[in-house]
This record gives sequence, structure tokens and C-alpha cells, in this order.
Amino acid sequence: MSGQPAQTPAPYVSPGPQTTAFEVLERTTSAFSFYGVLARFVQWLERSGRTLVIALPFLWLGLFFLAPFLIVLKLSFSETVLAVPPYAPLVAWLEENGLSYLTVRLNLSNYLLLFEDSLYVRAFLNSLRISAVATFLTLCVALPLANAMSRAPERWRALLLMMVILPFWTSFLIRVYAWIGILKPEGILNAVLIGLGVISEPLTILNTDIAVYIGIVYSYLPFMVLPIYASFEKMDPSLIEAAVDLGSPPIKAFWTITVRIALPGIIAGCLLVFIPAAGEFVIPDLLGGSETLMIGRTLWLEFFNNRDWPLASAVAIVLLAALTVPIVLFQRHQARRGGTDGAS
Amino acid sequence: MAKWVRLLLGLALVMVLASPLFAKEQVVRVYNWSDYIDETVLDDFTRETGIKVVYDVYDSNEILETKLLTGKSGYDVVFPSGNFLSRQIKAGVFQKLDRAQLPNWKNLDPQIMKRVEGYDPGNLYGVVYMWGTTGIAYNDKLVKARMADAPVNSWSLVFDPAIIKTFADCGIFMLDAPDEMVPAVLNILGENPDSKDPKVLAKAEPVLMGVRPYVRKFHSSETINAIANGDICLAVMWSGDAGIAASRAEEAGKDFKVHFSIPKEGAQMWFDLMAIPKDAPNSQAAHAFINFLMRPEIIARASNVVTYANANAAAKPFMNKEIVDNPVVYPPPDVQAKLFVITPFDQASQRTLTRLWQKVKSGR
Repeated sequence: MSGQPAQTPAPYVSPGPQTTAFEVLERTTSAFSFYGVLARFVQWLERSGRTLVIALPFLWLGLFFLAPFLIVLKLSFSETVLAVPPYAPLVAWLEENGLSYLTVRLNLSNYLLLFEDSLYVRAFLNSLRISAVATFLTLCVALPLANAMSRAPERWRALLLMMVILPFWTSFLIRVYAWIGILKPEGILNAVLIGLGVISEPLTILNTDIAVYIGIVYSYLPFMVLPIYASFEKMDPSLIEAAVDLGSPPIKAFWTITVRIALPGIIAGCLLVFIPAAGEFVIPDLLGGSETLMIGRTLWLEFFNNRDWPLASAVAIVLLAALTVPIVLFQRHQARRGGTDGAS
Repeated sequence: MAKWVRLLLGLALVMVLASPLFAKEQVVRVYNWSDYIDETVLDDFTRETGIKVVYDVYDSNEILETKLLTGKSGYDVVFPSGNFLSRQIKAGVFQKLDRAQLPNWKNLDPQIMKRVEGYDPGNLYGVVYMWGTTGIAYNDKLVKARMADAPVNSWSLVFDPAIIKTFADCGIFMLDAPDEMVPAVLNILGENPDSKDPKVLAKAEPVLMGVRPYVRKFHSSETINAIANGDICLAVMWSGDAGIAASRAEEAGKDFKVHFSIPKEGAQMWFDLMAIPKDAPNSQAAHAFINFLMRPEIIARASNVVTYANANAAAKPFMNKEIVDNPVVYPPPDVQAKLFVITPFDQASQRTLTRLWQKVKSGR
């Protein structure tokens, strides 16, 4: 960043003549034994630890993000065939007149079909809409929750934090499934509401978009609460006290100070909810109705019902491209913030 | 430090050395439809042969097909329906059955095995496990309360908007399987239910679009519990699933009965077959398992639980009388004459069908 003031990097301090793990091992084992080989590995680790620390995340990204992405990208240019696996190879040797040619066949029709049939665009926009509404609702629940948690007495906070994380200890699928039992016409919610006399006829919530919203808000709430709570916790409470002392109503102080300071946490939380929710499959499948059209389900149909892996891959690539945009925007925002913070 | 490193390495070494010991145990990995077997049969198989059974379930042919087409599914025995089996044979998914390892083949009903030759010429790859029909299940009490003379023996009950709407409030499910629902509609329209012509397939769309507002859910496996609990009153479902729902409702002491009808206009007849993937890890155990399920008294126990007809001619004496004599399980000849079968969809017609189904389900 050009805006950042120049900083002298901390000099790399070599470990020095302290006893290394290798030496300990070498004293006890011979160099050619099983331990000896391991000991040399440990020694190498210690020497090149710095490079490794930097390389590991890249290795991780390359292995678990870039490689799968390239496979899917390759698949999206392929053609379906009835075979195992059900797609044609992109690169093949073609024998002709005694000569062999390396041929590469790129099939672009998958991408064209995505824009020819309005189904995919509609499914995509609908996913974004559902995801945006659900993210907003999650924010509405998470803000007061995180606020209350950060203002709770110190000794309670660990417990409250634990309560937010605890649901993760059970399977996501089971937790979503449990909502069927709560929301169905003869379910717990309707039984309680009818018992209290609030309603006389059971509400139809299950298999509607409302159930999908409930499912997303419930499932993704911790992803929103945790970053916001982290921002709140760092905040100096005297800022609010000062604002209130100067005559600001508490609500206004909350919006202009608390929320402003927590903005990076809020944005991070929103992205953590919005992005996975847009591609969500399990929640709309279990809780949604038949008219809940989402891109995750469209992809499923292409993959499973049509056996069209190339088209399903094209859907995934377009989805990924569209979801990368908000991440890039967020990073730009963060970088700009980082710049101003550094200057002040 | 050296101490715990050594301890860890020692542990790792023990685990590496121990794993071949576990691998020596014989295992057969079975992938079958949900609610489709008497589980005690699996225990008996292990007791008799010493082969452990790893048993997983699915609820749609599509899921099974995707695993098979991916390759290396890891399963030894799978249960695709006839039209799917046929396509998968062409894709080179299965290995030929070794009849020498299947001495119980002699118990099979030759007539039924002949009927599936359309899918598997010469019966080289598959053995019929169960067969059934796709019809209408209904809750007698809820349906009667809404329409005393409801046409429960006709597809008009679910495909005529004027009739189906009477039951919208008590809940209707339909199978989430376009190759079941679309042929059923084509059949009542007087078209060839097995047509692959896009123009003919399109004729089913307005009928399905007309009734979809009254359908609560399109699903293939939740239906059993939904209708057994009384959550819904009508469902287009598979014959045996309706039988399971009926017995569950009875066991739970519900004040209604679940009935199944094969509509008078005709219905789809389907077969689920046992087959062995080419890359099955334990082909011998797979043959042993299939042979075990072809034993009359064993398949009879499975049929007694899942209330589906099997293809074993010798099994009837071992089966419950209510199942053998049930015209819904073993339809009489005049009903059988009206049953139709479906052949596989090719890539283009499959896309037309899925697209139509997506339109029906989403309502747009």
C-alpha cells in the first residue's frame, strides 16, 4: 500500500545456539534409524520454518481451492456422454492419416444455455434475494445479541459465547430437520400458539420462503454474532458514556458510535452469512416449498436428474464468479480502512 | 519433547500395522432404497456367512445413478429401477452376474424375469428384488369427510383441479420423480405414457400446472410418515410405501386407515433390480448376498415388512396371507393388463422432462 507509512521490518532473529529438538533426538537415536530420519526432517523444518509458514496457506489454497476450481472449470467446457464418468475428455489424441494430433475441444454451449433459458437467471436472482433478506434478518437478531453479550459482566461472557457456539456440536442437518418438527402444521409452534389462543387455525410456515428464512437465520446466526461481538468487545464503553453525557439519546449513541465502530465486524458477518446462504441447498430443500427456486437446487437437478455435469459445473462457475465480487469489494473497503488507520 | 514424539510415532506405527487386520474381515457394502428391507435379514446374513453388511439408503434413482457414474462408489450391491438399470448397463457400470454363484436363481418367477428383459436382455446384469406400481394413497377418514363419493379409484382424484382442490386443506404430496408423474398424466390423456417426444411430453405440463397449487410438497421419501401421521390425506406414491404407511398408522392406533388404489385408467409398473457394479470391492460377497435374498423364506420376510411383491415364485407360502391376497400388491390379471412400463430417457428428452418438472415444481 502506497499510503502506508514506511515501516522497518523486524529483523529475522535466528534461533541461536539453543538446544534444538533435533539435538535432543540425535542424542537418543542413531541417524539412520526411523527416528533419525524423522529427526532430520525436524531439523529441516526448523531451518526452513519461515518459508513453510508462508507457503502452507498457499499450499492449502492451491490444494483445496484452486485445484477443485480448475477441475470444475475444465468440466464446464466438456460434453455429456453416457459413460463412467459421464463427460467427454477435453484433451484427446486424434489419429488421422498416420499422424496424431492433440485436440482440445471446448464446448461453450453450457454457458450459452445458462443465458438462453431464463430459469437459471431467475434462480440466481431469487437466491440473491432470499440470501439478502435472510442476511438482513440475521443482522437484526445478531446486533442486539452481540451488544448484550459484550455488555454482560465479564464472568458471564465465556458462558454466553459458549451458548452461541454450542449448537455447532450437533449436526447441521439434524438442526435443520428439527425445524420441520417445530414448524409443521401439527408441530410444536402451532400447538403452543393454538393452546395460548393466539390463533385458531394452524399457520402454514413449513414449505414456504418464511421457513427458509427461519432456517438460514438460525443456522448462520453464530457467523454473524461472533465477528460483531469481537468488534463490540474491543470498544471503549466510555465513548458511549461521553455521548450520553453530552445529551445524545442512547439509541442515537448506539447507531452513531457502536454500530460505526463495529462496522468491519458487521460487514464480515454479513458476508459470512450472505455468501453461503446464496448457494444453500439443504435448508431450501428441507424447509422450502416447491416454489422456492434457488440456484443450489437448480445445480442439483442438473447434476442428478439430467446427469449433465458440464452444465452443473457452468452454473457453479457463474455462481462463484458472481459471489467473488462482494468479497473483492469488501477487501477494497478493508484496504482503504487500513490505509486511513495507519495514517492517523 | 523426545518422549512424546516417540510416543506419538509408536502409536502411529501401531495403527499402520493394525489396519490390515481390520481389512481381513469380509464386508459387503449394500446401497438400497430407504424402508426397503426387513433389517433382521441383514443380521441373519452376517450370522450365517460371517460377512459384515454395511447398509446405506437413498430415496431416488438419480442419487444412485450419480454415484455409479462417478465410479468407485464402493458399493457391492445396488438396487436401481429397470429403466435406470438399462441406461447404466449401456454406460458400462455393472459386471455380468455369475449364475454359478447364484444357485437360488431357480426360485425366480420366470414370467417376471421375462418382463424385465426389455431393460436387461438375457437377464445378464440384474435380479428382480421387488416390483410394484405407482398409484394413489389416501386417508379414508379425511377424504370421506370432504367428499363422500370421492373417486378414489381414478387419477381424476389428483389430476382434476375441481376435485383435488377439495383436499388442498388436508394436504397432498406427489412423488418428486418426473419419470413417474409425467407418464401417469400422459396415460390419462390417452397418449403413450412412454413417449419421449417433446411435443407429447409438453401435453402433461398444463395438467400438472393446473393441480400444483393444491400440492403441498413434491417428495419421494417423506410421504410414508406424512400420510401415516395424518399430516396429509392424499399422496401419489409407490404401492409398498403406502402399505408401510398403512401398517404404521395402524400400529400407532390412529383413528383412520391408509388405503392404496391402482387407478382404473392404468398405472406405471416398475421393477427394482439387484446388480453388482463393475468396480465392486467384493464381488464374491455381493453374489452371496444376492443369492441369500433369492432364498424363498428370506425374501418372503422382506416382502412381509415392505409390503411389496417379490419376483420369487417359491416365496408365496412363506408370506403373510394379507400380502399375497392383496390385489394392490399382486394385481389380478385384468388390472395387470392396464399397467405400463417406462423405458429410459436419453439425454435430450431427459432435459425436456427435467425442465418441465422444474417448471411444474416452481410454478413458473
